Amino acid sequence: MKVVTANRLLSGEVVWLGENGRWVERITLAGVFDGKEAVAEALALGLASKDRQEVVDVYEMDVTVEDGVIVPVRLREKIRATGPTTHRDLGKQAQAVSA
Amino acid sequence: MYRYDEFDASFVSQRTEQFKDQVRRRLAGELSEDEFKPLRLMNGLYLQLHAYMLRVAIPYGTLNSRQMRKLAYIARTYDKGYGHFTTRQNIQFNWPKLEDTPKILEELAEVEMHAIQTSGNCIRNVTADHFAGAAADEIADPRPYAEILRQWSSLHPEFSFLPRKFKIAITGAPNDRAAVQVHDIGLQLTRNDAGETGFVVFVGGGLGRTPMIGRKVRDFLPEEDLLAYSEAILRVYNRYGRRDNKYKARIKILVHETGLEELKADIEQEFEKIRFGVLRLPEEEVRRIEAYFAPPPLEVGAATSAAVEARRASDAGFAQFAAHNLNPHRVPGYTSVTLSMKPIGGIPGDASDAQMDVMADLAEQYGHDEIRISHEQNVILPHVKLDDLPALYDELVAAGIAEGNAGLITDIIACPGMDFCALATARSIPVAQRISERFGAAERQAEIGELKIKISGCINACGHHHVGHIGILGLEKKGEEFYQVTLGGSANENTSIGEIVGRGFSSEEVVDAIEKLVDTYLGLRSGKEETFLDAYRRLGEAPFKEALYGAA
Ligand code: SF4
Repeated sequence: MKVVTANRLLSGEVVWLGENGRWVERITLAGVFDGKEAVAEALALGLASKDRQEVVDVYEMDVTVEDGVIVPVRLREKIRATGPTTHRDLGKQAQAVSA
Repeated sequence: MYRYDEFDASFVSQRTEQFKDQVRRRLAGELSEDEFKPLRLMNGLYLQLHAYMLRVAIPYGTLNSRQMRKLAYIARTYDKGYGHFTTRQNIQFNWPKLEDTPKILEELAEVEMHAIQTSGNCIRNVTADHFAGAAADEIADPRPYAEILRQWSSLHPEFSFLPRKFKIAITGAPNDRAAVQVHDIGLQLTRNDAGETGFVVFVGGGLGRTPMIGRKVRDFLPEEDLLAYSEAILRVYNRYGRRDNKYKARIKILVHETGLEELKADIEQEFEKIRFGVLRLPEEEVRRIEAYFAPPPLEVGAATSAAVEARRASDAGFAQFAAHNLNPHRVPGYTSVTLSMKPIGGIPGDASDAQMDVMADLAEQYGHDEIRISHEQNVILPHVKLDDLPALYDELVAAGIAEGNAGLITDIIACPGMDFCALATARSIPVAQRISERFGAAERQAEIGELKIKISGCINACGHHHVGHIGILGLEKKGEEFYQVTLGGSANENTSIGEIVGRGFSSEEVVDAIEKLVDTYLGLRSGKEETFLDAYRRLGEAPFKEALYGAA
């Protein structure tokens, strides 16, 4: 299972492609794609957005879904999805608390 | 300190204007990311895991209060209230927005700072001994030469697209605190029998994937030949350095593959062609630049201070600070003070905007307005009167930067690692934090004595792990963080590359492993004077290996 991720051009903020083809700022809201074709389609959407100068660094990455929660496989992506483990007050984890 | 001349000021403001326009075109969709990326990198703007990162050059690690305050202001206004000092004496901001960067560069230009040549395959910020201009053991201040090299290398048209990045370090003292032997060019100031100033020149040192110690190519390079000889080295490198493979493109590989003698001959041949040309350094020019670095007026005082001694006797924290964080000054009555950016359990190299402001104030009040950043990620006030130490210390305590651990086991170098860096294979900061906590007790650190731990989050070795007395390299194995330990590295005048001691450790195991190494050392050292490194060099790896993995 995969999700498609990128960084917003303007802010650098980490985003994932949502079900509706829009970028979302929480991995919990990301669309999960299974199967070669679905992933390729999602990636194409992401790359088109890159061409519209909305995001940079578009790529797909592995996730698992545990009890309905999307969990990145690699630590790097876990950290991207939450924020630096050294600065709990920064990144998405901080927004999650204040939200 | 050095002030921009008209040339510097105009090229920095031109570059700021250019970048502003490039960002505008990027945002307007006139430039694609592929077109824009090299441009932003030339201005020190990277994309990291969570956001953009701006790396600002601090030439040879020297800045004044006004500049430090500007860094604090940028941290507060455009970032998230802190900055991170790096092993290349630079500062990185981890959260700037692309749209804000032209403004940040304008702010920096106001205080004669920029982010040019902090990235890309060019000659990077020249680094120098952080006690330059103050140390008792210094032959001469290396910074005027670093500045001359900076001017020569800035926007040098021939060397803007080298096979790979190029780093130069210079030290003015025989005790090398600038790690010159692990740089592409390392320069060590020296005097010949006639009393003339010159340089011992090393070429081809470097860390990363293939660590190598620089090879000596000159025992004495006269001052006047500094630029011509450097140019000759760069030309030879630019001509023969490999461009087919990024991992083989540094000059160290060229030295290795060509052989020292042949390369030396190439350099000398090139040098002969240009040595009497425009790059020959006139004596007056060196003296003119030197004048910018003239030391502040310091009145000679007593070598010891009654105020310091009294406080030492009554305050253990101060005694620890005075024992470790002071470096002998060439003027009696003064000292160079290390402000540790390594609080116990804290993040190596991070400083908050408030701390930066405090350091700026203290530099003004007690330190003749001079500040240095060390490659060990600490901040230094180079010229402090001994009698002022107790008062300064009190202010440091209040600001949370009074840890008396310089050179000790908790004074750890750590790169940003996977918490920030897009290239990382594992985290480094949390390992540093846990080691710091484990050994944080003042008596324990003091008992262990000098021990340099250096941690990198990937093979690129920004944390200099190869030259740590204990080096830790974070890797990834089957999706888990995994740490390889090296022993016996050193980056001083007796540089050595650490050796891998055995199989690596998981994140849970690694701190215990370090503790076993330290305990083994404490059990085997010949006395308190024998440092970890000396003991390792005497004993070899066997007892340490056995402690970690059991008898073979
Ligand atoms: S050593 Fe690797 S992880 Fe650490 S800062 Fe350098 S590139 Fe990033």
